[in-house]
Amino acid sequence: MNAPHSTSDRTQPGATDDAETTDGAAHGTTDGAAHGATDGMELTLRIWRQPGPEEQGAMTTYRVTGISPDMSFLDMLDTLNERLIAEGDEPVAFDHDCREGICGACGMVINGQAHGPQPTTTCQLHMRHFDDGDTIDVEPWRAAAFPVIRDLVVDRGALDRVIGAGGYITAPTGSAPEAHATAVPKPAADTAFAHAECIGCGACVAACPNGAAMLFTAAKVVHLGVLPQGAPERESRVLDMVTAMDDEGFGGCTQVGACATACPKGIPFESISDMNREYLRAVRKGGRG
Amino acid sequence: MQDPTAAAPPYAGYEVGTPLADTRAPDGPLAERWNTRRFTAKLVNPANRRNRTVIVVGTGLAGGAAGATLAEQGYHVVQFCYQDSPRRAHSIAAQGGINAAKNYRNDGDSVRRLFHDTVKGGDFRSRESNVHRLAEVSTEIIDQCVAQGVPFAREYGGLLDTRSFGGVQVSRTFYARGQTGQQLLLGAYQALSRQIAAGRVEMHPRCEMLDLIVVDGRARGIVARDLVTGRIETHTADAVVLATGGYGNVFHLSTNAKNSNATAIWRAHRRGALLANPCFTQIHPTCIPRAGDHQSKLTLMSESLRNDGRIWVPRTPGDHRPPQDIPEDERDYYLERAYPAFGNLVPRDIASRAAKNVCDEGRGVGPGGQGVYLDFADAMERLGRRAVEEKYGNLFEMYERITDESPYETPMRIYPAIHYTMGGLWVDYDLQTTVPGLFAIGEANFSDHGANRLGASALMQGLADGYFILPATLGDYLASLPADLTPRAEIDDAHPDVRATVDEVADRLCALLSNNGDRSPESFQKELGELLWEECGMARDADGLRHALEEIPRLRAEFWRRIRVPGSGEAFNQSLEKAHRVSDYLELAELMCLDALHREESCGGHFRSESQTGTGEAERDDERFSYVAAWEFTGEGKPPVLHREELDFEDVRPSQRSYA
Repeated sequence: MNAPHSTSDRTQPGATDDAETTDGAAHGTTDGAAHGATDGMELTLRIWRQPGPEEQGAMTTYRVTGISPDMSFLDMLDTLNERLIAEGDEPVAFDHDCREGICGACGMVINGQAHGPQPTTTCQLHMRHFDDGDTIDVEPWRAAAFPVIRDLVVDRGALDRVIGAGGYITAPTGSAPEAHATAVPKPAADTAFAHAECIGCGACVAACPNGAAMLFTAAKVVHLGVLPQGAPERESRVLDMVTAMDDEGFGGCTQVGACATACPKGIPFESISDMNREYLRAVRKGGRG
Repeated sequence: MQDPTAAAPPYAGYEVGTPLADTRAPDGPLAERWNTRRFTAKLVNPANRRNRTVIVVGTGLAGGAAGATLAEQGYHVVQFCYQDSPRRAHSIAAQGGINAAKNYRNDGDSVRRLFHDTVKGGDFRSRESNVHRLAEVSTEIIDQCVAQGVPFAREYGGLLDTRSFGGVQVSRTFYARGQTGQQLLLGAYQALSRQIAAGRVEMHPRCEMLDLIVVDGRARGIVARDLVTGRIETHTADAVVLATGGYGNVFHLSTNAKNSNATAIWRAHRRGALLANPCFTQIHPTCIPRAGDHQSKLTLMSESLRNDGRIWVPRTPGDHRPPQDIPEDERDYYLERAYPAFGNLVPRDIASRAAKNVCDEGRGVGPGGQGVYLDFADAMERLGRRAVEEKYGNLFEMYERITDESPYETPMRIYPAIHYTMGGLWVDYDLQTTVPGLFAIGEANFSDHGANRLGASALMQGLADGYFILPATLGDYLASLPADLTPRAEIDDAHPDVRATVDEVADRLCALLSNNGDRSPESFQKELGELLWEECGMARDADGLRHALEEIPRLRAEFWRRIRVPGSGEAFNQSLEKAHRVSDYLELAELMCLDALHREESCGGHFRSESQTGTGEAERDDERFSYVAAWEFTGEGKPPVLHREELDFEDVRPSQRSYA
């Protein structure tokens, strides 16, 4: 099994296949990893560990102590990782970068929810939303189109390829007319912005029971489609992006809505029907605009 | 490689080498130079461009724009980023906006005014010809981005909205809510994606440059590590472009993305590229203070909050009462007191230093006493809660999510943080470093911001370099290559220069992996960062800098003695990535401190306590220091060589800034 969950295998492995347990409280701490165990929360983490793309993964249990409610979820994992390094173990791999909720790098399934219990990114989820003594399951994004690279790190290259198929306006550098040559009505500009906020984290795909990337694709289709600058490629864009989406192994939409609930940027669920309408329109127009 | 565990002696000093001149900027009137240069630049025949390979490292505003544009021009582009997708480069986190001299407001703006503001804002330590070009190109950037579908804020009439930003008197900042960087970057990323799909850009995500390949004195490729497989790869080209951002993470705590790093520019520096003004770093006054020792990343709060928030600390050191229990006459609104004319809206460097001073006096608030209050109580009383909510609601929400405190009820706590680095690789007017064929664009170079960058100018520079300037100058280099240049096909893994570089990289990684010490990479980055923040942060003096120059080699030696990197080099290994980056910070930090020590003046973000006016303001010394300090690497533990590029001011007359 390459991914902990393919679209056809969606059980919770945490409940059944615990591989090992390490108890941090039993070990001393060294430079940089020291944290008072007397205050702060104590948590049990069950984390998906998988050494590589081709290797078998399993849920592994760790106990962490001294967790401050002001820590972000990633700060908490940093604390665990410092301890693992001190103990000579390999730290838990996870993607992260800006830690401000905008780069879209981080993302994990926390207690079965993409990005956890708050409508935000994992890096902006704080430990005050958990209670002392909690057991937390931490798994990578689950989708056939996102193979696991290691532990909680998945390959989301498929999303880049969907954009490459048509998620742009062809405007080679230097060819642009004066910015005020075309006025854009404010409602259209606002709609474009609301859809352009997508950070490409992949939570929508992870949350979807079909592993669909409809919300992600629709966000770009609507963003560019409502702008006059995007009109010339309106038909080819939606047709090519939807084709790419299917080719990458993303599932189809069955109107569950979990994607929009998981989206940390509030991309509206209606954008999917907007995209379907765009698609139908493009097909009726005979494909190319 | 030298024995890295032996503590190298601190720099005994530095040597002074031959002066440096920018030989590429044409003579003639300032406003004509870019036009002249574009005309004199040689062109590569369109049919020949596909035979030229250009490596671009980094996919932020500068790199993304350059990769897309060079591919559109017909070059074969090979591009790299350490992130899993080019869309995640740290430009994405820029909030405020992008400046352009459009004068849509008819408020007296012009290319010349933007040029003037930028030179003055940089405290007269930047090159006039570069800055003028930047101001000229600024207007085209907005056109380009609008054409790409960047959803800038618009007025009801459908035209673009603008706002004002710090330090200027016109409204020239274009924005997309608080996510301007994100929207501009996605525009560049989408243009780049089109080229990737068309096969004109060969994109290598999750691939980090670890060294530069120099053959016959020219940049001919890079050594990179595939971060997924761990494989060390060589990539060769006819030119190499570094668009790898700044080095703020040398301070450990900064607003930079966690993985932003200095390895590409530092390794290029070691291969012969001069590094300019490394001590010019920008500290932003309004960041959320860290909540505790566990934190390794700081979050910026927009500077706009200082329009209505009042900054204060308790009058008495050690006063730990909650803010609402501290009576008015026991509060010190220190900025309003010391700078009555500008009050809470003094420039970034002044506000940052003042906050540090009151905290050093023991009057800081919050955990660890590392914070000052930014209080909206008066604004709420004056404007009403609703008005405050309309202006700052989203920022308050973000603050509350992180701190669990509502700024409507209790004052915000803020503290300065490292935000941007003005220093970087020295480049000429063509953005070429001192290694022929190696170009540096965006924050990675030193070119346009002098000793202090103005708000909303980083995005402008990144896109100017990437979309318009590099694509015009790179062709001149490629068209001028000598006929007897070693063909790219012959620069394979068997080539001795390539072999040697690969071996050095492999040795470094092996040394990190096999050391089996007892300290994590994070612990070293933290220790170095704390030292730098203390001695080379907001205020610097000779004693502190000398102390740092003694401590850094000691810490570096300890690093190589005690570093522990678990796991293998032939796999995805984030500890190894980090350890390698930290090893380069431990070298770069020393040069930063030396540069700060040698520059015995205060200017912009570089404040030397010994060089201040009677009222505590930064005092420049134009007689002695009106130059760019470009440093040459001469070997590990050896004194570097200083090359001075004197700055001539033809159009702007340097003056002393005053805010009292």
